[in-house]
Parts: sequence; structure tokens; C-alpha cells
Amino acid sequence: MLKISDLHVGLTADNNVKILKGIDLDVPSGEVHAIMGPNGGGKSTFANVLMGRPDYQITTGTIEFKGESILDLPPDARAHLGIFMAFQYPVEIPGVRPFQFLKAALDSRADATGQKKLSAREFTKRFDEKVVQVGINANLIKRSLNEGFSGGEKKRNEILQLEILQPVLAIMDETDSGLDVDALKIVAEGVNSQRSPDRSFLIVTHYQRLLNYIKPDRVHILVDGKIVETGGPELAVKVEKSGYKEYLT
Amino acid sequence: MQKQLFYLAIFCTIFLITFIQVVMINKNNTISRKSELSNKDYKWGFSTDVETELAPKGLSEDIVRLISSKKKEPDWLLEWRLKAFRHWVDLEDKDMEPNWARVQYPRMDFQDIYYYAAPVSKKDKAPNSMEEVDPEMLEAFEKLGIPLNEREKLAGVAVDAVFDSVSIATTFGEKLSEMGIIFCSFTEATQKHPELVKKYLGSVVPYTDNFYASLNSAVFSDGSFAYIPPGVKCPMELMTYFRINTEGSGQFERTLIIADKGSYVSYLEGCTAPMRKTSQLHAAVVELVALDDSEIKYSTIQNWFPGTKDGEGGVYNFVTKRGRAESSAKISWTQVETGSAITWKYPSVILKGDNSVGEFFSVALANNHQQADTGTKMIHIGRNTKSTIVSKGISAGKGSNTYRGGVQIMPTAENATNHTQCDSLLIGDQCGAHTVPYIQVRNPSAKLEHEASTSKVSDDQLFYLMSRGLSEEEAHHMIITGWSRDVIKELPFEFAIEASQLLKVSLEGAVG
Repeated sequence: MLKISDLHVGLTADNNVKILKGIDLDVPSGEVHAIMGPNGGGKSTFANVLMGRPDYQITTGTIEFKGESILDLPPDARAHLGIFMAFQYPVEIPGVRPFQFLKAALDSRADATGQKKLSAREFTKRFDEKVVQVGINANLIKRSLNEGFSGGEKKRNEILQLEILQPVLAIMDETDSGLDVDALKIVAEGVNSQRSPDRSFLIVTHYQRLLNYIKPDRVHILVDGKIVETGGPELAVKVEKSGYKEYLT
Repeated sequence: MQKQLFYLAIFCTIFLITFIQVVMINKNNTISRKSELSNKDYKWGFSTDVETELAPKGLSEDIVRLISSKKKEPDWLLEWRLKAFRHWVDLEDKDMEPNWARVQYPRMDFQDIYYYAAPVSKKDKAPNSMEEVDPEMLEAFEKLGIPLNEREKLAGVAVDAVFDSVSIATTFGEKLSEMGIIFCSFTEATQKHPELVKKYLGSVVPYTDNFYASLNSAVFSDGSFAYIPPGVKCPMELMTYFRINTEGSGQFERTLIIADKGSYVSYLEGCTAPMRKTSQLHAAVVELVALDDSEIKYSTIQNWFPGTKDGEGGVYNFVTKRGRAESSAKISWTQVETGSAITWKYPSVILKGDNSVGEFFSVALANNHQQADTGTKMIHIGRNTKSTIVSKGISAGKGSNTYRGGVQIMPTAENATNHTQCDSLLIGDQCGAHTVPYIQVRNPSAKLEHEASTSKVSDDQLFYLMSRGLSEEEAHHMIITGWSRDVIKELPFEFAIEASQLLKVSLEGAVG
């Protein structure tokens, strides 16, 4: 599904800043991969680059999604292909309601891929179901997107979007940070319920705790812009015990 | 009844969506999306081939008399016009044309304007029914999407259309008159309801008020008149649609709306004009009189030709709008301005009566070379009066937007409250937004709040929306509409959609 080769990334604004220094990664369809590592290692940058954030510049390397390069595609084109990112810090957009925004997003994708759009009734049904499933306060979701939401509520809103948009590759950028156990379970439930042979997840996380609920197929440790170790779920447990010290020489 | 209302709402929506999407083709030229005159499609920029009767250019006492006689006005009105004209001449002689606003334009030659332009109809009298209206004119209104025929009934909106200086037709006159509601052209009101006009004309905006009000009082062409009897809630939106067609003509309409005690009315005006290389002056006066316990809601969607993208031509919109609210009365202004080369106006409320309420909601767009110096004045005189101001200015291209607001608390205004929110959105790096708030408080029991913000459409917001599949342009539009929501939601439902579409079309090309 996702194949990354020798990816070097810097800042668009400043050529001298180098963040990712040669990433190789292969995420087959149907698998859940975790990216862990110390702060400042480049985990969030990695997630944002996959989504196409213009602040970052790819100096060399390739990113292939289902065999085709996505380097030249803007974020909306990537979304149309089925790539989704749950943001670490979801931004507030005053006056824009989640309902209308998600309908517009789905319609946009339908237009781009030549699929049939959901009718207003069909969408309302799906929306209401997912709001209940994800455990979001029905009053809150009538307000402006993320405005006045607590950290936990914002993260739940990201999961709501995941459930409604049903992407093919979902990148979760530190979705677990700032969550209590109940919210953590909701996030895990959201991911686990969507696991399928046609879908892949890339979970960027700082702590091993989320991985208790979402069993990854592979775990990668990202330190100082490079993947320094790859292993199975037991790697996460090991890192939780002994930290990242051994990689920081 | 419920079902009827439902269908009404559906037709309203269809009517408006059709209105927006109708392609303008006329006999002389086709104006298409690829027009080089502007970087956006000014869809309403066609001209109609109708014979027009023009008074000679220039302004003199003779012209004023001519206008009055053409409209068969009573003597007292002619006298009023003449007093206004002499006052204006006096101001002109003393070089008192105002120039304190933050707008720039070439000095106007007031003698180089047609002050009277009326389409010539086959019969020399006002039409009694649709069949009598000049078919070419009706076709023009069709193009604009204002069907004056029976289809209009489904929309539930009574429409008065002013084509240059003459009101063409008012639908629903009969139904409304059953309730005692008068809604007709201003000219008709001077003939059929002179006592009402005489009582209230100039009571909110006297002819001495300002330079352009004086000019308007002398040469006003037509406009709308509405009177709602005591205790009556007007059951439908009253709407007037203005269009300036003749090259070089000015539009000086006069609107007077009176809500008698305990009554309610929601009024909407829409404005458009064809693309012309020369500028056109629009100096209107609107007076609202809200007697005890009444409410007037006045909404405007203004889309006068804004000039070419190089700043040529366009309408100069210099308007005086003011309302007076008596005891426990309420006046709300909701303004959506996307057009005009220059906009200079301050819809205001005089909170004369105790417990009266004034509201002002505005979204003003200045794109390309547009300039706007707009705002409001809330004058608190009675006790326990309340005013709310929400002003949103969008600047793009090389546009310049100035908010000029005045909140005055007079010594008699015990326990007055005001809340002002003034937000600016800047798109691109060549536009400007300025704020000039005046606050004058002469009673220490007043409570005022003033908030202001200036922002750009943030990259984070754009990236967030785009990452969900919205294109850059769609994302911009969504953010801007969301930002304007506090104002758009005050519009009557049907027109909220139109306003949102108008903002989108007006900003095409400025974003992304």
C-alpha cells in the first residue's frame, strides 16, 4: 500500500534545516504499523509529509501509494485517493459545522473519483450513527469545527471523521496524547473496528499505552530523522521499559 | 398549511438557485465567463435595449420641476424638492462636498449626469397588470431572475422592481392591501397616500442632513414605500430590486418604511447594474420609522458593478440610511455588500424611545480596486436602550475596507448597552483594512463592549480542510463563509444562500 524509499525532507522555508534523513518504509495492505521515538525525532513531520503539508520540502526520495508516486499531489488529491490524517492539534474553524464540512468533503471525493454522492438523508443517518458510536456530545457537534472543544473532544472528532470518511490509509499523528483511558479506548475502538485487508494504519505515538489496545503488526523507532530499529509488537514493550537512550548516541 | 409552506420554501430555493445560474445573453452581446473586463464573471452586466426617455444632462431648478411634473407630484412635494435643491446648491457653492472618508475618486461633475431616465412604455400611464408592462422590460427582469408573473406567488415574496427611475410593477398589492399593508413605489405613494408621505418624509433624514441627502431630496427618482398598520405582522418578505441601466444616469431612490405601533415587517433590497466604463452615482436615502413596540428588519444584498479589475468605472454608492426607533421598538440592518467601486454608507439607528433596540450586521467585500468606508451610527437617547454591531470586512486584491462606527450615548440614555464586534479578513498582501471607531459616552451608567480582530485565512485551516478532500478554492470559500456566518445568518433564509453564493463568485480568482 505505502512504500517509502530514501526519503529526505527539509523545511520549504529554510534549505538548511533537515528533518528526515533517509527513511525507508514499507506498509503492506491490511497492516497496522506504529512509529515511535523521542521528541523532535521527526515523527509528526513524517505524518504531515505523507499528507502533503506544503511547509515541508522533499529533497530526495520517493513516496508511493499503491504503486504510484504521490509527491506531486496536493493534500486534497491525496485525500481523494483515500489517505487520511488524524491531526495532533486539530485546528479550529469558526462558523464551519462538522456536519456540513464532512458532507462537503465526501461530496468532493465523490466528484473526483466519479462515485455517487450520498443523499442528504443517507449522510445524516451515517453521521448521527457515528456521533453516537464515537461518544461525542450531540450538542457539541452542532458548534463550529473544534471551536471550544477540549483536547479529548478534538481527538474524538478526528475519529468521527475517520469513521465517516473511511480512508484506505489512515495516519494517526499522536492521537493518544492528552487522552484519558475512556477516550483512549474510543480511539482504539475506532481503529480496530476499521481494520481490514484493504486498509492500513500508520500510528505515530509517543507512548506504548495506546498499543496495548491497538496491536501493531510492526513497530518502527524513528530517531533524529532515521528509522533506527524495526520489530514486532514486543519492540514497543521493550522501549517502554528502557526508553530511547540506546538509540541516542 | 404546513405542506404549503414546505413547497414555498422549496420553490424559494429553486428560484434563487436558478437566479444565480441563469446565463445572460442579450441581443447585442454575450457576456460569458471568459469576459476580460473583470477577473470574475459579473453575471448581471448586460444592457437592455429599451427605449428610454431622458431629461437633458445637468441639474437645475428646471430639471427638478420636470422630474416632479413627470411624476405628477403634489405641490408640497415639489416645494420640498426645491428647498432641498437650493440648499444643495448653497453647499456646492461653498465647496462643501464631503471628502473626509477614506476613499479616493476623481472629482465628480454633477452637471454631467442624467437625473431622469424613464423607459418609454407603450401607454402613457402606469400599468395596471402584468399584461400592460413592456414585454422587453419583463424579459429583462426574467434575465435577472425576478419573475413578475404568477410564478412569483409561490416564492411568497412581494417584489417591487425599479428600472432606472421608474418602478415597474408591484406584485401582491391586492393581498397585502387586504391586511391594510401598503407596499408600492414611492411615486405611487405620493399620489395615493400623500398624508403618510408628508408626515414622515424627511423626519429621519432631513434634506439638510448631508450633501448627498440634499441632492437626493431634490432629484430622487423613485423607490419603495411601505406602511404596516398597527398590530399587523407582515406575512411575507417585502422586496425591491434595483437596477441602473442607462449609461451616465444616476440613481437617486428614496425609500420610506413606516411600521405603526406593534407591527412587524422584513424588507429586502437587491441591487445590480451593468458593466460600464464610466462611473455611475447612486445616492439613495432610506428612512425607517418604527413606532412603539414595532420591528423593522431591513436587509440589503448589494451587487452594483464594482468596476473592472483595473479600477475603471463602477458604481459610486453614497447612501444615507437611517432608522428611528420609538419606545420598545427594534430596527435591524443586515447588509451584504459585494459590489460598487466605492461604498460610503452608515445605516444607523436613533434609539429615541425607552427600551428600543438597534442592530447592525454587515459583511462588506472590497476586491480588486474597490474601496469601502462603511459602518453604522447608534445614537442612544431613551432609557435602557441596546445596540449590537457586528461588522465584517473582507479585503482582497488591492481593495480597501474601512469600518467607521459611531456609538453615542446621550445624557438622557440611562442604562444603555452596546456590543460592537468588528472583524477584518485580509486575502493576499496588497489589500487594506482600517478601523475608525468613535465612542462618545455622556451618561456614566452606560456599558459598552468593543472587540476587534484582524486575520488572514490561515494555512493550518486550509491544510486541514484540504486534507479531507476539499480543493484549495473550496476550502477558502468554506472558511470565509464560516467567518461571515454571524452576519449571513441574520438574513432571511432564502437570501442567505444567495449572499453566500455572491461572496463566492465575487472572490473567485482572488483566492488560490
